[in-house]
Amino acid sequence: MQRFADLLDSLGTTQSRKRKIALLVAYFRTTGDPDRGWALAALAEGLPLRLPLRRTLLELMAERIDPVLYKLSRDYVGDTAETVSLLWPEKSQNAPPPNLDEVVAGVSGVTAAKFRPLLSGYLDRLDVSGRFALLKLLGGAPRVGVSSRLAKTAIAEAFDRDVAEIEEVWHALAPPYGNLFTWLVGAAPRPDTTHVAVFRPLMLAHPIEEKDLEALDPAAIYAEWKWDGIRVQLSAAGDDVRLFSRTGDDISVAFPEISAAFHGHQAVVDGELLVIRKGQIAPFNDLQQRLNRKVVGPKLKRDYPAHVRLYDMLIDGDDDLRNQPLSVRRARLIAWHVRTAPALSDVSSLVAFGDFTSLGRIWAGTRDAGIEGLMLKQKSSHYLAGRPKGYWWKWKRAPLTVDCVLMYAQRGSGKRSSFYSDYTFGVWRVTADRTRELVPVGKAYSGFTDAELKDLDRWVRAYTTERFGPVRAVAPGLVLEVAFDAVHKSARHKSGVAMRFPRVHRIRWDKPADEADTLDTIVALIA
Amino acid sequence: MQKKATGQNLAANSPVPTSPEAWLHPSPNGLYCAAGKFHIDPHSPVERAIITHGHSDHARSGHGAVLATPETIEIMKVRYGANAARRFEPQTYGVTTNIGGVLLKLVPAGHILGSAQVVLEWQGQRIVVSGDYKRETDPTCAPFELAHCDVFVTEATFALPVFRHGPADKEARKLIASLGGQPDRTHLLGVYGLGKCQRMIALLRAEGYDAPIYLHGALVALCELYQRMGIELGDLRPASGAKGEPLPGALVLAPPSALADRWSQRFADPVTAFASGWMQVRGRVRQRGVELPLVVSDHADWPDLVDTCLATGASEIWVTHGRDDALVHELGKRGQHARALALVGFEDEDD
Repeated sequence: MQRFADLLDSLGTTQSRKRKIALLVAYFRTTGDPDRGWALAALAEGLPLRLPLRRTLLELMAERIDPVLYKLSRDYVGDTAETVSLLWPEKSQNAPPPNLDEVVAGVSGVTAAKFRPLLSGYLDRLDVSGRFALLKLLGGAPRVGVSSRLAKTAIAEAFDRDVAEIEEVWHALAPPYGNLFTWLVGAAPRPDTTHVAVFRPLMLAHPIEEKDLEALDPAAIYAEWKWDGIRVQLSAAGDDVRLFSRTGDDISVAFPEISAAFHGHQAVVDGELLVIRKGQIAPFNDLQQRLNRKVVGPKLKRDYPAHVRLYDMLIDGDDDLRNQPLSVRRARLIAWHVRTAPALSDVSSLVAFGDFTSLGRIWAGTRDAGIEGLMLKQKSSHYLAGRPKGYWWKWKRAPLTVDCVLMYAQRGSGKRSSFYSDYTFGVWRVTADRTRELVPVGKAYSGFTDAELKDLDRWVRAYTTERFGPVRAVAPGLVLEVAFDAVHKSARHKSGVAMRFPRVHRIRWDKPADEADTLDTIVALIA
Repeated sequence: MQKKATGQNLAANSPVPTSPEAWLHPSPNGLYCAAGKFHIDPHSPVERAIITHGHSDHARSGHGAVLATPETIEIMKVRYGANAARRFEPQTYGVTTNIGGVLLKLVPAGHILGSAQVVLEWQGQRIVVSGDYKRETDPTCAPFELAHCDVFVTEATFALPVFRHGPADKEARKLIASLGGQPDRTHLLGVYGLGKCQRMIALLRAEGYDAPIYLHGALVALCELYQRMGIELGDLRPASGAKGEPLPGALVLAPPSALADRWSQRFADPVTAFASGWMQVRGRVRQRGVELPLVVSDHADWPDLVDTCLATGASEIWVTHGRDDALVHELGKRGQHARALALVGFEDEDD
């Protein structure tokens, strides 16, 4: 437990992703089984222990500390696990601290009545950081900024594997991942993934550049519309059907009707997850209403009907198609879809074209909603995990840009904590009394170089008018040309609009703030 | 001032023995001793002030006469100049003087160099105004001395049972280990400029860290004063004179406000460390963006506050500043009469 506690302590104060990985690598390399597996489970997804933790802690604390002092402490600290870890009487016995396995085995399936003495026994054997780690372990997610993807990356690095290899077996494994570690250290074969809906790492595309287009043979290329949803992978192994995000997170619970539609299939397919109403693709905003939901009721399903538009097939029955050319995979996808006809899905069609100039014209003449751009794929391309060069490209429309005025700046985090690097910007709006006021329309923290960041930071400090904690309000004097992919109506924002992916395109040191754009300009861009 | 009215009223209500409020009570300027006509740690200029220690929320400039330990007076002169008060009256620990019939003695408080508790006796009653104090050993100041009394006036900066400060030398070793483990990064340690700064340096030296320690400009004068007072701090160098050098592997001390400031941008991928009692609480660590929190406090923690109040044998405890509600509650439960004075003007943020 002490090593896990030290790990949580350092992860909690480390901002940098690289350093977090280094801490995890050191932990996974040097900690034995099954402790490191429990730690991995706790960090990546949280242990599903379902214990009456909060109530039991309150009962235990009531026996040990005056309720007034407990309440004052809890209010000050702001977190129950931390408060208890600080208030618990110091170790009186010399019994060694419990390890993770002892704790997990001990509490699994116990009744509330048995859990209480067990928990106080563990707390008695730990010091303050150990107690904190214990309570975070039992309470689910420790919230130390470690995503499941980061944990997998660290596992891969610790055992010199590619993260794709870990992802391919991940969903066939269960805590404490004994078979994962014995395989990684070379003591056992790769875990068996048949009959389990596992994630296959995705193949991703590069943005296309002018010179790429010149070098390509149009006859060797498939063009497809790039739909404005999220990339998903549907993995079906009979009864086990899962929907994965592009990073391999299992998002099935948020879209139960999709999993149901593919029940009984034996296939792994790639596609775009969309909200489609009466054949029309709804704005991305609508899809966002469905993401990250733990429970999806009938109303949500009815109001935001989900759909997958398929464009690739990785596995068909027992056949792994990833070493086949795209032309073959596409034919298999169509044949399979015709044969089995799963609901709530269709196959994304190809865009026929002669040369890239005519393709550009076709695109320019398309007014369909939900099209974000074009995908160009080599017909001969194999399905290669990651973002390999020279096979797939995305051809997006030039971003929309507006000239905005910098209004607020906030300190960044980690490496940027001494810089004002997060910018809230606004545009002009004419008020009822015919004067002009700035209304915030978005926030950006990317799109500038380190050198530009220094200049922006200096400007913010020099033109600060007010401070609110880490935020500074600045005089309306700097114009940022902001690029974004789309803009939608929003009831949540004062301006009534919400931008998609806003970023700083250019810093217009030259442009007077008076000449920045107006809200009407942005409203006119609403798709 | 208005002390007369208050004093007489209280005295009239409690004839013999005199109630302690009759001769020492809060006033708009801080604690006022009506019998001796002086203030203790007043926050605006007064005729006669007794100063417990040199921190700026206790020692301010512009008083008529200032009575304090010689160390505290030197600190005030460094901070505010030689004319910080019209007249300085240095009084060493343990010596008793008589001010208008009130016997006054200063005894060590263990908080920082020169810090003192003010022991007052009048008409057979004894009141101790402890200022800020700690019970843990500190190589840069004299250890706290317990003074028995009828009324003990205590601070309550860390008066919550969650505050239990471990040994400070352990935290110094943690810093040394981090320095050794990340030789390509500058360690930037945030410290309160008076007391904590010099204590951290002394702790590090005692643990065998003998590399040069770099100082932010705001810390230099007080470190020099400590050295003049005979406290060994080893090789200290100005960080600002290093002309924007990134100083990888070095230890740089700076006031807390400089940690997130542009000043810190010059250093090599700095590890932000912070030595403070507040670092015991994770929320505070996150709030300040601290990577290496060191729990080192110059104030008594919860067990020491409670133990000290009980050990003085005082029948009354007055709580000046900090989290008074918890301490008043706990002492009440243990049969000691305690109340909050709710004095304004004291800060606890930077310890």
